[in-house]
Amino acid sequence: MTGQYILRRLIITLPVLLGVSLIIFTMVRVIPGDPAMVMAGPHATKDQVEQIRAQLGLDQHPVTQYFLFLGHLLRGDLGTSTRTALPVTKEIMARLPNTLLLALTSILIATVFGVLTGIIAGVKQNSKFDYLSMLIALFGLSMPVFWLGLMLMLLFSIELGWLPAVGADSFRHLILPAVTLGANSTAIIARMTRSSMLEVIRLDYIRTARAKGLREKLIISRHALKNALIPVVTVIGLQTGILLGGAVLTEIVFAWPGIGRLLVEAILARDYPVVQGVVLVVATMFIFVNLIVDILYAYLDPRIRYH
Amino acid sequence: MITISEPASEKKYSPFLEVWRRLSQRLTALAGLIIVLAFLILAIFAPFFAPHDPIEHSLGHMLAKPSWDYPFGRDELGRCIFSRVLYGARISLLIGLMVVAIGVLIGVPLGVVSAYYGGKVDFVVQRFVDTMLAFPGILLALTLIAMLGVGLANVMTAVGISTIPIYARLARSAVLAIKARQFVEASRSIGASNLKIIFRHLIPNSLSPIIVQSTLHMATAILWAAGLGFLGLGVNPPTPEWGAMLNGGRLYIRVAYHVATFPGLMIFVTVLGFNLLGDGLRDALDPRLKT
Repeated sequence: MTGQYILRRLIITLPVLLGVSLIIFTMVRVIPGDPAMVMAGPHATKDQVEQIRAQLGLDQHPVTQYFLFLGHLLRGDLGTSTRTALPVTKEIMARLPNTLLLALTSILIATVFGVLTGIIAGVKQNSKFDYLSMLIALFGLSMPVFWLGLMLMLLFSIELGWLPAVGADSFRHLILPAVTLGANSTAIIARMTRSSMLEVIRLDYIRTARAKGLREKLIISRHALKNALIPVVTVIGLQTGILLGGAVLTEIVFAWPGIGRLLVEAILARDYPVVQGVVLVVATMFIFVNLIVDILYAYLDPRIRYH
Repeated sequence: MITISEPASEKKYSPFLEVWRRLSQRLTALAGLIIVLAFLILAIFAPFFAPHDPIEHSLGHMLAKPSWDYPFGRDELGRCIFSRVLYGARISLLIGLMVVAIGVLIGVPLGVVSAYYGGKVDFVVQRFVDTMLAFPGILLALTLIAMLGVGLANVMTAVGISTIPIYARLARSAVLAIKARQFVEASRSIGASNLKIIFRHLIPNSLSPIIVQSTLHMATAILWAAGLGFLGLGVNPPTPEWGAMLNGGRLYIRVAYHVATFPGLMIFVTVLGFNLLGDGLRDALDPRLKT
């Protein structure tokens, strides 16, 4: 049954991947004006423009172009950066580990703090802790990540001098960006854990456990948590994917050399092959993270598989 | 869905009064409402409240600290940050409204048609939605900006388009739940056309989650647009947009913290207001949606 479910999910993923590639392919072709001329810049000679046109394959039929594009993609060829003349794959691979490190550290922080806060707030519903933590969570949801980053930098780097403000040379450099990027997810995970906890605690089997005279601690840890955390796993997974894309703003604030910053630099420099490549890589990673989350969800909650 | 929960009394029932009654019982929702109202008033009457011209610069007073005349200080070009923040509220309001309008006007019909007709239509629309949702967070908006170029109209379009799939999903699931109800069946049996069923029954009855989502989306729209502004991909200078102001102030954070602090604070408070109000509306309109 699980095998069939995974297969079904994989089959749905294929058109999505194709759709994403089609959107990204179209992207470069619908730029107002001549993309080759836009990329070459205002001072380019006619030959240079033609060269870029040929490089992009723009002199061919759009359908042919799309299949060529797909063929290159499957071979891991994302083209050449018009800014640095380096292969896009190389540019991305140089920056990707930094983004992964940042995003994974953030999600780790968010999971630990979010789940713990959510459990306590849920178990002690309507307590001071519950109100206060949910208010802080709402703050976390409303905080512009770039502003939070600047304010943390102002406090911990400039005023107190405890942590470095920018760069990515050591573990100490990782702390501020990871906390900044994880704040929003911490809030989302805490809210989700709390509401999921509240829902499960009201169920009959928990009442039965209580009626049996089990200790409250045991009821929470052994019975309630197991079921309450299933939807939380989904949210954590989704957040992991979102952080990969959401790292853009944090990376800019802290001058973190990841693919988010690469993307913004490429957009500003009209380096479309790099824009195309980064968006494709991030979207593909997001799709696969979602796929893994779905499979994990089906594994944790057998009702999904039989649906 | 706005359902009548109490038996009909002598007084005429008003769904608005009922929602207001439930909303006013929650302190957080009221706080949200007050913030949102204050934001609207400041945005609409910005020229009335602003003490100075928001784009008039004075290089002699650049980065001046907050004072009585300039409550939020002056920015890197000596402009009054307080006045710029007030005018910035107008831009954020405009962005929020346009983004939600694009999302609702395109996303909702897409979701309704998808759910109502089902089958192949549903499959195609849902794969389209899946594809758009495959771009995490702000990435789709960024991609669209890369395509369209910078500028206020493009920011609104980009953020607006990236919210379409969310409304489509929402409307679809709302309609799927209503479609099977007896009154829709009854309407069909007395010969109502598809269009009539969609406009008279399906859309009005799926409004609650859409209203809630739209309020929460005002928050997201303001946040994302400010994010694009912060990246230098938003409005053109000297337009006083909050994200762009923050970006300008970022470079001077070591010497003049106030330049980046106040626009950020405004974004934070406004977004918080819409989030509080959205949460409150969700509880008031449909407690079952409560997370």
